[in-house]
Amino acid sequence: MDDRPPAKRIRLTIDSASIEAAEGSTVLAAALENGIYVPHLCHHPDLEPAGVCRLCLVDLAGKGIVVSCKTPVAEGMAVRTETPEIASIRRVIIELLLANHPWDCLSCGRNTDCKLQQAARHAGVDESRLKRLRRTDRVLPLDRSNPFFTRDPNKCVLCGVCVRTCASIQGTGAIDFIRRGFDTAVGTLGGKPIAESSCESCGECAARCPTGALSIKESEVPAREVKTVCPYCGCGCGVVLGVRMDRIVGVRGDRENPVNRGRLCVKGRFGHAFVRHKDRLRMPLLKRNGKFEEISWDDALDAAAAGFGMRRGDAFALLASAKSANEDAYAAQKFARSVMGSNNVDHCARL
Amino acid sequence: MAGLAATFGSGAMTNPISDVAGARCLFVIGSNTTQAHPIVAHEIREAVRRGAALIVANPKRIDLARHASIFLQIKPGTDAALILGMMRVIADEGLKDTDFINRRCEGYEKLAESLAAFSLEEAARITGVPGRQIADAARLYASMKPASILYAMGVTQHTCGTDNVLALSDLALLTGNVGKPSSGVNPLRGQNNVQGACDMGALPNVLPGYRRVDDPEARRIFEAAWECDMPGKPGLTHAEIFDAALAGKIKAMYVIGENPVLSEADANHAKKALESLEFLVVQDLTITETAKLAHLVLPAAANAERDGTFTNTERRIQRIRAAVPPQGQAKPDWRITCMIAEKLGGRGFGYGEAREIFDEAASLIPAYAGVSYERLEAGGIQWPCPAKDHPGTPILHVERFSRPNGKAAFAAVRYRPPAETPDSEYPLVLTTDRSIFHFHTGTMTRKSDGLNLLGREEAVVMNPADAARIPAADGEMVRVSSRRGEVQARVKLSDTCPAGLVSMTFHFAEAPTNVLTNSALDPVAKIPETKVCAVRVERTQPGRAGT
Ligand code: SF4
Ligand code: SF4
Repeated sequence: MDDRPPAKRIRLTIDSASIEAAEGSTVLAAALENGIYVPHLCHHPDLEPAGVCRLCLVDLAGKGIVVSCKTPVAEGMAVRTETPEIASIRRVIIELLLANHPWDCLSCGRNTDCKLQQAARHAGVDESRLKRLRRTDRVLPLDRSNPFFTRDPNKCVLCGVCVRTCASIQGTGAIDFIRRGFDTAVGTLGGKPIAESSCESCGECAARCPTGALSIKESEVPAREVKTVCPYCGCGCGVVLGVRMDRIVGVRGDRENPVNRGRLCVKGRFGHAFVRHKDRLRMPLLKRNGKFEEISWDDALDAAAAGFGMRRGDAFALLASAKSANEDAYAAQKFARSVMGSNNVDHCARL
Repeated sequence: MAGLAATFGSGAMTNPISDVAGARCLFVIGSNTTQAHPIVAHEIREAVRRGAALIVANPKRIDLARHASIFLQIKPGTDAALILGMMRVIADEGLKDTDFINRRCEGYEKLAESLAAFSLEEAARITGVPGRQIADAARLYASMKPASILYAMGVTQHTCGTDNVLALSDLALLTGNVGKPSSGVNPLRGQNNVQGACDMGALPNVLPGYRRVDDPEARRIFEAAWECDMPGKPGLTHAEIFDAALAGKIKAMYVIGENPVLSEADANHAKKALESLEFLVVQDLTITETAKLAHLVLPAAANAERDGTFTNTERRIQRIRAAVPPQGQAKPDWRITCMIAEKLGGRGFGYGEAREIFDEAASLIPAYAGVSYERLEAGGIQWPCPAKDHPGTPILHVERFSRPNGKAAFAAVRYRPPAETPDSEYPLVLTTDRSIFHFHTGTMTRKSDGLNLLGREEAVVMNPADAARIPAADGEMVRVSSRRGEVQARVKLSDTCPAGLVSMTFHFAEAPTNVLTNSALDPVAKIPETKVCAVRVERTQPGRAGT
């Protein structure tokens, strides 16, 4: 329950569209919420505005050019998202970013989902100028130390989204800007590999990175998505599983779920490998002479019925699971009570 | 959660997780929230950013202590003494909410009596925290409203667990911090569906919806619905079941998705009990340490392979959905149970899909009556939701408490020391903790190479001063022994543990920590005291085999 009163609605025009926004929201947020694209890299709806990428410039009638992510909406405000001057500033910013950026879009994990691509497409870039601008073939080493995501400083646009995410959302503060000038980078304390830092591997930074600088390992583009709930702790975070054929190929936090509002911890985001693990049981097993042997379901049910059938009442006990669903717990206790005649039913809540 | 059920009439979290950020004061006790409930920890930090005062009480200097206005590093197992001390200050300084107490509660005399017999000085002596700090915490909690209490296993896993919870609910009632947004008493449940398993009656003394099995009226309802006769005697609890098995009284056991060989306190005892069974069926995802002892092992579908519902720690009922088909011939737990039930002649187990079970449960549990899969499509619903047009109940006890007369009951609380205290033979106190990278006994997380890399192995976290006495270096293999067993693991030096306290998780089969822990039970809730036991730490002698 958010105890803040519902915000007042403000009316303003952006380009030719007349829109409404909540009091206190920024011009950029208002535009994006109303489906009006304004180029940006360092903005993220979950984070406080930083105003560092300077791409979201807009023209305010009577005020001139401002950074829209730091400008609150006001009643009757008239906003233009593009002027010749803004367009040329944006193009220069983009070209400078691209000049140092690897050109391997097709094989990049963020391809088609990249905010730099989106901004570049919008600004329109000139190939010959790009070639001239290319400063160096700087190839910085990748940090592959974390088992779940790779850090590629060559693709970093220094928007600071990961730094702010880690500090304010995750609360860990594992990464920050290090060095200065052309050498500025995002790194850990002492420049150690991320796996040796205080990073908790939640992947929140990678989930928000606008480019391919932080990319999830072993993720594939899903063919469909299924909304469900994390199988681990009692928080019950909403997850959206990315599925391809019969495999889970990615997980993202469900932004519509009121518990986590899109956030996940390391287990919820990366802890799904067990589902297809080679050690998963795939057949019932019966122990014969101290060894497990695979048997059919029919034989397994016969064995279970024979073993339980002669040990009803007080001789029987059932431990239900606090990890499986309500339906399982209900069926289990109903079985114990109505078929086995025993109230010896418990689960792991006490532990 | 026997404590809260007695005082408020319901044992669940009173307020939603989304409420936490709006509190002006948060009292987090016995919960290493950052590790065990990471998303709740986010909300706590958000509250602090908005200016809330955070009070953290924990024997270990946990990460959350960094954000706290007051950190109370209490001796393990002294929670009740701390809370009694705080309440004494609140009562003495006139900080209690008399109006709330008069209107909404009864039995204040009981608490007043407990408090009269307990001074702040005593609280300071028992907890090892200066009285001034306890008093400051009490003043903050009583004056910065709304104030919310969050607690977890650190409070309940003691022989005095129920007393601890009663003390917390008294504290909230005393200051009127119940039934309002961002207030309340909020137990954080460890596993995804602990709340749901309780709601569904997977407990020895209650039927679905917490109706007592020894209440003939309640039994009649279920006997009619299930077309059966039911025993009216409450069953044995988790720990009692293992004792009865060892004594030969329980002969057959059906273990669904649990791994007591690692999770049970005094795990050696639990293992012996399972080994003595005539017939043990274990139903799980993999061959767990418990499944190894089984006569019959049944392959269960993972949660991502089946439909159903979970009820989270804040009573939110949410849909889970099959994303992928089950591996091999694995089946959902409910389906396997129902097939066995039908083989044994059970009636009313012919469900075609999970939704039919939910509908039946909802028809018998008043708090679920208004919930259906259709409604859950639009998002989770917090119980109680008694009717189809009821929106659910984010905050409990707003108008009345769930007890028959609508009033909350103050409880008398008494401090009792832990069952086992350190002595010359076992000079250190061991407490169990959790790692963010693993879950419970690791049956799922240990199957992830990545998580194994991040959380490689068990560690004995200990203060450098204690390690120097052994002497043991950081990373050195040591043997930890208690009166019940021993394990080996590597030392991790850290001043998060004060001198005298060591901590371990129980995520690793290689170092089964629970062979050490004490199965002494809280007399009411029957929760074993895994949070405190006396141990000795020694260097491993060369050539000695591991346990
Ligand atoms: S994974 Fe999480 S903890 Fe690690 S750097 Fe990213 S945001 Fe921070
Ligand atoms: S994502 Fe993390 S915090 Fe959320 S339910 Fe899963 S384990 Fe708990």
